[in-house]
Amino acid sequence: MLDDFFVRALVAGVGLAVVTGPLGCFIVWRRMAYFGDTMSHSALLGVALAFLFDINLILGVFLVAAMVSVALLLLQRRGALSTDALLGILSHSTLALGLVMVAFMTWVRIDLMGFLFGDILAVSRPDILVIYAGGALILGLLIWMWRPLLAATVSSELAEAEGMRPEVSRVALMLLMACVIAIAMKIVGILLITALLIIPAATARRFAATPEQMAVTASVLGAAAVVGGLFGSLRFDTPSGPSIVVAALAFFLLSLLYGGRLKARLTASNGSST
Amino acid sequence: MAQAAATSKTLVEAKGIGLRRSGRWLVSGVDLAVKAGEIVTLIGPNGSGKSTTAKITIGIQKPDSGQVTRAKGLRIGYVPQKLTIDWTLPLTVTRLMTLTGRYSTSEVTQALEEVGIAHLAQAEVQHLSGGEFQRALLARAMIGKPDLLVLDEPVQSVDFAGEVALYNLIREIRDRTNCGILLISHDLHVVMAETDTVVCLNGHVCCRGTPESVVASPEYLQLFGSRAAETLAVYRHHHDHTHLPDGRVQRADGVILGDGHAHGDHAHCDHSHQILCEPNTLPEAEAGAKSLPESVAEDQTRESEAANAR
Repeated sequence: MLDDFFVRALVAGVGLAVVTGPLGCFIVWRRMAYFGDTMSHSALLGVALAFLFDINLILGVFLVAAMVSVALLLLQRRGALSTDALLGILSHSTLALGLVMVAFMTWVRIDLMGFLFGDILAVSRPDILVIYAGGALILGLLIWMWRPLLAATVSSELAEAEGMRPEVSRVALMLLMACVIAIAMKIVGILLITALLIIPAATARRFAATPEQMAVTASVLGAAAVVGGLFGSLRFDTPSGPSIVVAALAFFLLSLLYGGRLKARLTASNGSST
Repeated sequence: MAQAAATSKTLVEAKGIGLRRSGRWLVSGVDLAVKAGEIVTLIGPNGSGKSTTAKITIGIQKPDSGQVTRAKGLRIGYVPQKLTIDWTLPLTVTRLMTLTGRYSTSEVTQALEEVGIAHLAQAEVQHLSGGEFQRALLARAMIGKPDLLVLDEPVQSVDFAGEVALYNLIREIRDRTNCGILLISHDLHVVMAETDTVVCLNGHVCCRGTPESVVASPEYLQLFGSRAAETLAVYRHHHDHTHLPDGRVQRADGVILGDGHAHGDHAHCDHSHQILCEPNTLPEAEAGAKSLPESVAEDQTRESEAANAR
């Protein structure tokens, strides 16, 4: 079954979407969208460094993304510039550094477009193994840390007062995000990873009453966007990564139209039952 | 209750704590202790460092001076002063209850019934009114049966009748579970009769003591009945010193105390305040009689506010 490149793309994409759903919810809840963007932009620097030092690509991307998040934490603590400005500096300078370094390395041929926009149709069996193993690890950690992560998201002071460690939750979340970016880069590309994290989560908000419902709905919607986008790209001969994001956007727009009505109906039925 | 508290276990004790930000002491030289079964109320104007003191006491803010000792394995329930939940986070009242711990449905229902919002169990927290949200936060803080409840302005945006009910509830929780309660109020005039210690804060401890007597004006009795009057005490506090803009303290007799808020100086500061504060707080009846017209005006404001709320 995995002999067909299209089936491999579907399996890999769905596997990734299941992980980006819950993680994307945290990014939306904590207003970290721009932060996610910055981390994924830094992935290109990771790619360049991985080629330079001849280390594993995924490891290189993970390390650089993690380093960028630590750098942000330290810079935030100094408090000289706003987080917004810091993110802008880190995001574009790491992307530019990566591009410049790649240009210097004339001895390696790098498919730049593949890294920027993803090449899901080129996914191999080992890639699928990495996505599912990494994804299972990330999901497992998320479920294990769910309560403290959520409490820290609602109020870090409250969580800390009641014996939790919100600072640990925060760092854990950043590392999980670095991990997701590392394994997702090959599929949707570093410029579109944040879209797969945020759009399904934002869409799910309209259909959920609890954080857990929202996380599961985001996974399902993300998987649907992958399937829809891939079939769309096959049918219309469009690039696969962007097609997935367009499909996710279509779901989001539909949710704007129908989500409101659904909610009105739900509150109406709640009102009549009480 | 004060005697009972004296023999019971000290939950948390802060000694000489201070916090310095951008070259200014927000609070300094504050001593504070809460024992099991004791209610300690922090009062003071806006920006007097009440929340900061509470945060240092429960360990979510590190003090720049002094130290805090907490009982081992102390379980804290906390109602922060400000809590905004982003609209993107779907959260029902029921789900809010299990934010930091796992509780059964019956425990959740019971906690919500106690604060009187059981009918809102399935409502989204973003759709609650200010008063309903405060009740939900109180229920959430007490559901884990904490040793120490820290309530930072728990009755904000609750109407006056609701305030009475919530203060009653807070007292009941204390009576039933024998937890210690650290209560913060910006209301200088209305604090609980059950408060064992009132600490008046304005960057430093201005004075502390037991709210000795209940002052009840006829208007007040008429509005809320004698039962409510038993619950609420009007605690009068006359400031005998002025806080100058540069942080120094000017006594009523015009003497300016050097750097009264600097922590190295707090022994001297405490000393002068004790001398100054106590003569004023002791003759409660006299002070109450003098300022009766003022309290009538106040109660009328209250009345119209309560009417507006309805």
